[in-house]
Amino acid sequence: MHHRLSKVLLALPPAAYLVVFFAVPSLLMLLASFRYPGEYGGLAPWYYIDDGQLSLDLTTENWLRLVESTIYLGLLLKSLGFALLTTLICALMAYPLALTIARSPKRHRDLLLLLVILPFWSNFLVRIYAWMIIFSPQGALSEGLNAVTGLLGLEPVNLMFSSTAVIVCLVYVHLPFMILPLYANLEKHDPALLDAAQDLGANARQRFWKITWPLSLPGIYAGGVLVFIPSLGIFAIPDLLGGTNGIMIGNVIKQQFVEARDWPFGSVLSLVLTAITLMLVAIAGRFGRPKGTANG
Amino acid sequence: MARPRKTLLLASALVYLFLYIPLAVVVVFSFNDSRLNAEWVGFTWKWYDQLFSNPQMLQAARNSLIIALAAALLSGVLGCLAGIALHRFRQKWLSALVLGPVAMPDILIGVSLLLTFMLFNIGLGSISIILAHVSFCIGFVALAVQARMSGMDDSLLEAARDLGASPWQSFRLITLPLLLPGVIAGMMMAFTLSIDDFVVTFFTAGVGSATLPLEIYSMVKIAVTPEVNAVSTLLMLLTLVLITVLSRFSPQSLRS
Repeated sequence: MHHRLSKVLLALPPAAYLVVFFAVPSLLMLLASFRYPGEYGGLAPWYYIDDGQLSLDLTTENWLRLVESTIYLGLLLKSLGFALLTTLICALMAYPLALTIARSPKRHRDLLLLLVILPFWSNFLVRIYAWMIIFSPQGALSEGLNAVTGLLGLEPVNLMFSSTAVIVCLVYVHLPFMILPLYANLEKHDPALLDAAQDLGANARQRFWKITWPLSLPGIYAGGVLVFIPSLGIFAIPDLLGGTNGIMIGNVIKQQFVEARDWPFGSVLSLVLTAITLMLVAIAGRFGRPKGTANG
Repeated sequence: MARPRKTLLLASALVYLFLYIPLAVVVVFSFNDSRLNAEWVGFTWKWYDQLFSNPQMLQAARNSLIIALAAALLSGVLGCLAGIALHRFRQKWLSALVLGPVAMPDILIGVSLLLTFMLFNIGLGSISIILAHVSFCIGFVALAVQARMSGMDDSLLEAARDLGASPWQSFRLITLPLLLPGVIAGMMMAFTLSIDDFVVTFFTAGVGSATLPLEIYSMVKIAVTPEVNAVSTLLMLLTLVLITVLSRFSPQSLRS
């Protein structure tokens, strides 16, 4: 019947587009990670023809460079730590807010949620820039803080260009990703469970830890992945707020592709990031709710 | 009972403040008559005046607008097809292909496309940016369309077939009009994502094709100036308008 034909007609254009502009680029990056860097940046040819005979010119050097280096592995570890810390702080901040929204009257919920989403829709760079102002040495926050440290006879602190600045901004940018799935989870809890627990003599703390908390874990996992993955790959925030101390793996990837022009090694680092992402998505698919409903 | 409630409310209020104070600071200082974003001196429009007489900024705004419109249109068509295809034929490979770019960190999309464009000698410029934006926008449009599809009554199509409509007629007269709000919502989302995108654009832009976020980035890298506050404030205003319109078309798409 025409069913098969319509299937092809529907799926073909977007599928072809994404093969060309998503699947092929990913494969090219995989290939690039085994190629030699070109003399003037870019890539050296991956094969040569000698006496009509085709020979491959590939290497595992780039991968060995990663495994043998302490700098890059350390940086990867540090980035994982930053992303983990960001995720934990996000969870800690998101929980009370998500709970408040979920327990507020139905007619207020949409507005309260919109207020969470609104700042998240403003431009990513604008949100980083806001923190550049707040952390600047002439800013009220730095001056206030240093007035206190001055009174205590401590060294003045510089908030700008520090790991702290990076983490605060990472939290700021990704917080809605935690609040929304957590709210979606908390909103579905049956209030009768809490009533029953109260009738059976459980106090507020027990009701939270024995009922609300365990039920909300899938929401935390889902939000955790949505915060962790983008935090891990970020380069603009460390670039603008981190100075030399706050640098993350994304900065090195950017550097390899834009400044050092060592694409093979940049590809290796990107693939490691891809592998971590895929692993996390797979794990989240197991614990959290169905994937694909909670992005963006 | 009363005490934990109060603590909860207080904590929530603080989180809202955390979300809004930084943006408020940007907006307030855009009207401040001082080069330093440090203390309030007096009200002025001069940063906005400077902004509108900055040819580089205006060119960047034009680039951003053209790229976002093109990306929205192209991903609207492709995303609509992808959304219908995802709903009708639940193929794993198709959803991996469509939603993959949505789940991947944007830096990976950026560098892999940079690599591809350079290897195939595709010059970096507005075209390469549009091609890159479409690759991650398709997924968002497809999700909006798919959501709309699953809320559709299949008996309408059956009725059309019984009444002798050809597949093309039933698509044009029934499916498409019903899907339209989803497609429009998806396209507006694509427009917003494109005009906001920094990372993918950073890797796929060439000389002269800088968009607003890229222009802001290069300004901010050199120095913090209230002109950036002014352009940021205008961008926020634009997003606010887009969201208001979007919420008219499909309120649920805002929450996904």
